[in-house]
Amino acid sequence: MTAMVKAEGVHKSYGAAHILKGIDLEVNNGEVFCLVGPSGSGKSTFLRCINHLEKINSGRLYVDGQLVGYRQKGDKLYELKDSEVAVQRRDIGMVFQRFNLFPHMTALGNVMEAPIQVKGESKAVARERAERLLDRVGLRDKMGNYPSQLSGGQQQRVAIARALAMEPKLMLFDEPTSALDPELVGDVLDVMRDLAESGMTMVVVTHEMGFAREVGDNLVFMDGGVVVESGHPRDVLGNPQHDRTKAFLSKVL
Amino acid sequence: MTDKLDKVPAGSPTPAGVPPEAIKAIPVRHYGRWVAGVVVVALLVLLGYAFSQGNVRWATVPEKLFDSTILSGLWHTILISVASMALGLVLGVVFAVMRLSKNPVTSSVAWLYIWIFRGTPVYVQLLIWFSLALIFPVFNIGFYKDEMTDVMTPFLAALLGLGLNEGAYMAEIVRAGIQSVDEGQTEASHALGMSQSKTMRRVVLPQSMRVIIPPTGNEFINMLKTSSLVVAVQYPELLRAAQDIASTSFAIMEMFFVASIWYLILTSVFSVGQYYLERHYARGSLRSLPATPWQKIKANLSRFSNREAVAK
Repeated sequence: MTAMVKAEGVHKSYGAAHILKGIDLEVNNGEVFCLVGPSGSGKSTFLRCINHLEKINSGRLYVDGQLVGYRQKGDKLYELKDSEVAVQRRDIGMVFQRFNLFPHMTALGNVMEAPIQVKGESKAVARERAERLLDRVGLRDKMGNYPSQLSGGQQQRVAIARALAMEPKLMLFDEPTSALDPELVGDVLDVMRDLAESGMTMVVVTHEMGFAREVGDNLVFMDGGVVVESGHPRDVLGNPQHDRTKAFLSKVL
Repeated sequence: MTDKLDKVPAGSPTPAGVPPEAIKAIPVRHYGRWVAGVVVVALLVLLGYAFSQGNVRWATVPEKLFDSTILSGLWHTILISVASMALGLVLGVVFAVMRLSKNPVTSSVAWLYIWIFRGTPVYVQLLIWFSLALIFPVFNIGFYKDEMTDVMTPFLAALLGLGLNEGAYMAEIVRAGIQSVDEGQTEASHALGMSQSKTMRRVVLPQSMRVIIPPTGNEFINMLKTSSLVVAVQYPELLRAAQDIASTSFAIMEMFFVASIWYLILTSVFSVGQYYLERHYARGSLRSLPATPWQKIKANLSRFSNREAVAK
């Protein structure tokens, strides 16, 4: 079985700032993989490297056996064209901390946009799926609303539906509940739990330790651009081995 | 006044079900406003009186307002303004995208274009286009060759002069609009697998419209008026038509009034259009759209009649 995501010695720096200092990890098919760690530890940056929103400086990153952003021919590496990168991204859904819904489109329009524009689907087909997805995230009666008319939790659920509309094989969540009022977090986590149960492979950057413990199959604790500790969430969160993990968890749990 | 207040002791609990008594205070008198109002009205009256005493044949104004020469000039003013604005818009989007591109050649060329065409007076630009035959007597681009004076018609000179100048201004307006769209929008679009151009067309430009339209409306209204400069290249627009009549009828001032009335009508009509366009692009950015003027009038009327009903 090939891993859905495989990182080998991934480095990333912005100018002099060295953010990722050699990340090695594997995300298996169908698993919920949680990335936790203090802010500035590089977990969001790593997530953004997976769909090539950020270019890595060294190492290799594979999604479903395919090199991300490059093509290997012999021992030479060729950069992919923008259009080829776009094709790779079709299969990777992403949910952002700040939702990033398209404010000029209704909830339904947001979900229909990519299948129509990217896959060339007919409006009827896209609409049918969009309605089904919005129903699944509990927003059947909000389809005609613009994002500004929705609460944060509702917007994030629309964003999840929008990503699912491309029928991705991998979903990336970048702190999906961090920008939400506490009472709205539950609805979004419910949708993510439902998604995990359906067998979706998910990489989740989160501060929700309860969610990680309950839904996660694997958890990585990152700090200072390296993986400090990894394993089953129950073990890492319940019985941390490393001092840095212990210090972090004592603050958040 | 004090008696009235004494009747309601401060801090007395309002009985349940009874709405709290509204404050009945004597409003502040704004005497300054009254004085200012009177002074302004007096000045207006004086101005009106001065014009009534002036040597103006007022009857000529309505008489010539619908003169066929004037109407033809009006049509040409609209034509050249719309055509130049359209050219300016296209150039504006192209140069804005070039200016923002990562390619240093295209971005510098765009910068140069904006620098030249925004940095020289449009009147001078019009004269340069019109006089191009002086340095290039023959227009020759390989497959097409003609006398420059035949190619550079007044319309083309006016279009290039106004349109290229407008393009430079529009490029800056469009650039500001594009830059106003949050980067997260581009990222979300890319993450969905949308290409650069689709992202620009479907996500960024529609959102930048909200920032682009108000100044563009201003530009268009400006264009309607600036188009009067194309008199310089012999283009038969509204002001030229008014001057033609003036030179034969000697109703010079009257014809300027006629032209001014038409300019006012044009700018007013397009201002209304701009309002509705802005409203259209405000979709999604406001929780509820502002009322149209007509809706406001209706709301005010109904509120007024309600108030009267209450008063009775």
